[in-house]
Amino acid sequence: MPPGRHKIFLGMVAGVGKTYRMLQEGQAEAEAGHDVVLGYLEPHDRPATLAQADGLEVLPRRGITYRGNRVEEMDLPGILSRAPELCLIDELAHTNAPGLEHEKRWQDVEEVLGAGIDVYSTVNIQHLESLNDQLTELTGIRVRETIPDALLTEAEEVVLIDITPRSLIERLQAGKIYKPDAIQSALDNFFKVENLSALREVALRQVAQDVEAKRIPSADSVTPGALGGSRPRDERLLDTAAPQAFSERLLALITPHPRAQRIVRRTWRSAQRLGAELDILWVATREPTTEQQEQLEALRRLASVLGAHLLVERGDDIVAVVQRVARERGTTYLLIGTPSPRGPIERLLRPSLDHRLLRALPGVDLRIVADRTLIRKEKSK
Amino acid sequence: MIVLVVILAAAVVALSIRSFSPQRRRQEEPAAVALGGRVLFPFGAAGPTSRALDVALRLARNESGTLVPVFLARVALDLPLDAPLPRQSRIAIPLQEAVEQRAASFEVPVDARIERGRSYRHALRQMIVHEHYDRLVIAARVNGGGGFDAEDIAWLLRNAPGEIIVLRPSGS
Repeated sequence: MPPGRHKIFLGMVAGVGKTYRMLQEGQAEAEAGHDVVLGYLEPHDRPATLAQADGLEVLPRRGITYRGNRVEEMDLPGILSRAPELCLIDELAHTNAPGLEHEKRWQDVEEVLGAGIDVYSTVNIQHLESLNDQLTELTGIRVRETIPDALLTEAEEVVLIDITPRSLIERLQAGKIYKPDAIQSALDNFFKVENLSALREVALRQVAQDVEAKRIPSADSVTPGALGGSRPRDERLLDTAAPQAFSERLLALITPHPRAQRIVRRTWRSAQRLGAELDILWVATREPTTEQQEQLEALRRLASVLGAHLLVERGDDIVAVVQRVARERGTTYLLIGTPSPRGPIERLLRPSLDHRLLRALPGVDLRIVADRTLIRKEKSK
Repeated sequence: MIVLVVILAAAVVALSIRSFSPQRRRQEEPAAVALGGRVLFPFGAAGPTSRALDVALRLARNESGTLVPVFLARVALDLPLDAPLPRQSRIAIPLQEAVEQRAASFEVPVDARIERGRSYRHALRQMIVHEHYDRLVIAARVNGGGGFDAEDIAWLLRNAPGEIIVLRPSGS
């Protein structure tokens, strides 16, 4: 039996309307004659959301006693025995009460998909494993429940529910998200424009990367994966001859030298503006000296703070190594330091590094980062 | 004709020897690292005061040394110590650039660092473990401005090897 198809409604934060939109689409499917059930709904006492669920079949929850409290969880065996065409399941990142089939709801969803049932689910961007640390640093609030990033990349479709921070705050103030007694506390803590803007930026970028990942065929693109759906994955891809990737990836080519810090900083700034990933590469043509090792350690610490990836590759031909790394990592932008001055014969015998890189990397932009020490020398002349 | 060819060949050989001479290459390499000592200059998210920075730069220049400005990043307890810190990077990178720009006007080479820790003291401890230096210049804080607490400075004086120069807050 082919696995079901998974559609995820992704939001930057609670209250953007993920559940509402999921229910709207569920209703549309039901009206089109499909067998749709509500596997689990968390309406948070929002009347508009509850109204949207009207008319859909709701599967009963399971009552579990945990530490003396009665909790209600999604009934996985109930969904599997009911076997609808489409099941709507809210709160993908939820942690189940102990004693159920799985620890996490996303694992329940995988089982539902495995049974050939299509699933619509909802999740907030903060719950993505790879973004959890970054978003905690940005917002100051740690979210404990996480889901593997693979869920997003393997989903048939990811729908971003976007709303501007101002509109979201207006909705909160109007009592459309939380009850009146919780509004002020939410405004004072999490629902700040700067937090919401940062989360929105990350959510938009994540979906853009996801779209790009889906459009690039991989080796297993013709084989339906565990969550790949009943159609071959490549049917979902855009034509590979379509205009190329819009997501940028920057590569800083450095040597372990104090000047490298400036190249990394300039590259990081560009990466921030472009919303791009950043790789830092040193092509080691020989064993590093003690000084170089110290510089490399400092660069490693800098890269870790910036969230960049430091790569050390061995090789005699710098251009060939850069070419390979750029191809493997999907580099769109290469930044190098100011090349050392060369003598006339050297210039005659061999093109400069920047020229060779330009020739070897068609389609990759090249930027040379100015060296302040040279500006100083020029002024003193 | 033959003489002309020989002269030309000799000129080419002479030029190539000059081009490939390691000594010449060394001379043409921009001098980003000074021969003198390393002056460590830590600061936090409030950034260094221009007075403290100028003192550190003058010291480095007088000794033909290198300034090592160290941004100390505090990592919240609920984050792994090696987690990326995008928010603090947005503060640290412009500060490092500003320090480097100022250093360029003093003609002092810079070798910048970012150190992280659970607190400033923890980051200072990491800094003295990772860096070799000849002098450490640190600014004392007053009335919540930039610089370091008396306790942190006392801790450094007890634990950091090498010469430590403590700058009084201006006006005190």
